[in-house]
Amino acid sequence: MNESENMTREVAAPVRDNAEVEAALNRRYEAGFVTDIESTSLPPGLNEDTVRQLSAIKQEPEWMTEWRLAAYRHWLTMPEPDWAKLEIAPIDYQSVSYYSAPKAGLKSLDEVDPKLLETYEKLGVPLHERAKLAGVAVDAVFDSVSVGTTFRKELAEAGVIFCSMSEAIREHGELVRQYLGSVVPTADNYFAALNSAVFSDGSFVFIPKGVRCPMELSTYFRINAMNTGQFERTLIVVEDDAYVSYLEGCTAPMRDENQLHAAVVELVAMERAQIKYSTVQNWYPGDENGVGGIYNFVTKRGDCRGADSKISWTQVETGSAVTWKYPSCVLRGDRSVGEFYSVALTHHRQQADTGTKMIHIGKGTKSKIVSKGISAGRGQNSYRGLVKIEKGADGARNYTQCDSLLIGKKCGAHTFPYMEVKNPTAIVEHEATTSKISDDQLFYCLSRGIGEEDAVSMIVDGFCKQVFRELPMEFAVEAKKLLEVSLEGAVG
Amino acid sequence: MHMLKIDNLHARVEGKEILKGLSLEIKPGEVHAIMGPNGAGKSTLGNVLSGREGYEVTAGSVLFNGRDLLALEPEERAAEGVFLAFQYPVEIPGVNNTYFLRAALNAQRKYRGEDELDSMRFLKLVREKLKIMQISDELLHRAVNEGFSGGEKKRNEIFQMAVLEPKLAILDETDSGLDIDALKQVAEGVNALRSPDRSFVVVTHYQRLLDYIEPDFVHVLAGGRIVESGDKSLALKLEEQGYAWLADAHPELAKAELAGERA
Repeated sequence: MNESENMTREVAAPVRDNAEVEAALNRRYEAGFVTDIESTSLPPGLNEDTVRQLSAIKQEPEWMTEWRLAAYRHWLTMPEPDWAKLEIAPIDYQSVSYYSAPKAGLKSLDEVDPKLLETYEKLGVPLHERAKLAGVAVDAVFDSVSVGTTFRKELAEAGVIFCSMSEAIREHGELVRQYLGSVVPTADNYFAALNSAVFSDGSFVFIPKGVRCPMELSTYFRINAMNTGQFERTLIVVEDDAYVSYLEGCTAPMRDENQLHAAVVELVAMERAQIKYSTVQNWYPGDENGVGGIYNFVTKRGDCRGADSKISWTQVETGSAVTWKYPSCVLRGDRSVGEFYSVALTHHRQQADTGTKMIHIGKGTKSKIVSKGISAGRGQNSYRGLVKIEKGADGARNYTQCDSLLIGKKCGAHTFPYMEVKNPTAIVEHEATTSKISDDQLFYCLSRGIGEEDAVSMIVDGFCKQVFRELPMEFAVEAKKLLEVSLEGAVG
Repeated sequence: MHMLKIDNLHARVEGKEILKGLSLEIKPGEVHAIMGPNGAGKSTLGNVLSGREGYEVTAGSVLFNGRDLLALEPEERAAEGVFLAFQYPVEIPGVNNTYFLRAALNAQRKYRGEDELDSMRFLKLVREKLKIMQISDELLHRAVNEGFSGGEKKRNEIFQMAVLEPKLAILDETDSGLDIDALKQVAEGVNALRSPDRSFVVVTHYQRLLDYIEPDFVHVLAGGRIVESGDKSLALKLEEQGYAWLADAHPELAKAELAGERA
């Protein structure tokens, strides 16, 4: 990224004292339970043998093994990135186990350990019949292996492929080989290279020409085993005139150690294809002193390869100790459209450095960025975005809106918008605001009879409205609830 | 029986004493106008009664229907029936006006042990009140005060008051920034809400508002105390003569306090 423009804002907001708030602060992380099932893990450590073993366990074809090894060798030559505004203790990649799977081989949903299904129940994952009611097809990834995909038959009738990445590599090898790494090359960045070497599972979606996927597709990720990294890889290919809406939810149990999560998501949209990708991320954020929590290093990129295609990212990031994530769009096709809607919340000692990149290559391409950062406690929240207009992108347009909300006086909000414009016909707009939940707003609510906690969540919900309305209905409700829980005790 | 009984109230803001022994008694159904020079403590009174943080009561007492009002949280005071119409109503972007009002009403009802209104019943109530207030539907669908004109904001305050049906309404310079038409509309709204069991404290700089909202009593607040009380003719006298004449009757008041300068 070029530092053509660089803005940092830190604003202190007034504080209120409240004993109730103290109590709420100590509220437990609701998804923080551990499921007690036997699992098979590779011993901690990473070398070429680990990569080979992993590939062998997954019965992968040779091309895949070689692909992983090439990525691994490249990874060894790369330095860890340090440009993000994050303070992270050094990560020991040799202490991480790169594979963990429930022990028994799994053939169908009926064979899935009931305890595991219970876990999903607790998390509210609409698996099994509940899925049917909700009209959601779920591919649930538990630690490293995909445990079952619902609605396979219904989707197959529409010609849609929705399965775990492992299965896709075995069953749809040619398709995977054609697209894997075509959006995020193995050498793209440090964490993408690591993921390419050791990814253990993830989801694969293929929507053939002219098909509108009959239901929302959904994946839930959960990290359970101790000292396990989760490296999932998702690939979504949508052919001409096809459409898919994909939802992703994430949780992890409470652990004192930091756990590593380095995912790669690649989206390919052909002519007039549309992809809507929504994430609600609720990884364990660590405790109020910053002990434990997930390190979330994610590379997400969509390629609008065909003319008039559209890729829309919506994310609600409330979890993780550290978030490093920039869902991006490469607007290659003429008149293609990229969108990024984001709510990122940091509380206690959480840190988030997140944003997007919009790369305009085709003519008449358009992008829209709406980013809402909320900081509370000692949370640090940075928006980092790049809008790049290449020479040939005649008439390209970008609109960026970047708002920060501060709760309390020890948190920080920062914006790092970068712009590179190489075509004089382009129009690039950027608006940024930083505000705090003011005493005025709070008192206004109180004076009407609304209690403090409700007032805060109401104000925050209003602040996020623009993003929430991009989420599918049931996700929007979940996102709102998550924010409420995450913010309890934030005004103090 | 008094609805509100303020006795010898002293209050500080940012370490500075603003109210210095204010006493005032209000019976149900009465309308009291409070006038006075700038910096006299008019807005402070409303904020102290509503429980705003940063307004520290150092002495005195406030009884509201026999209860110690100062011991209650701001949201509890609201539920007990105290309403403050803000001089500068606050914008809450993205929060729907109707949603806000329903949350407020139901929070108050819950506090009072009444059942909460579902959306149907609430909407019915809102429609009735809209009619009385002559406010358009469109206002309901917008975010709280966001992008409202000055007049719309003040009307929205009165509309909220109509829905929440408080026992004591404090109007803090509700007339400020309004042209004569907007002023009339706001006053009509207030008059429609006057009833034998609802009292009003109307804080204003100008006699003009009192042409439309006729007070039972007029008080002059200066130097942090009520220094003069009378009927509506007192307001007319103030309009004609300003505040300077009060210096003769109250030699203890500094000239600066009557001239509306902050000491």
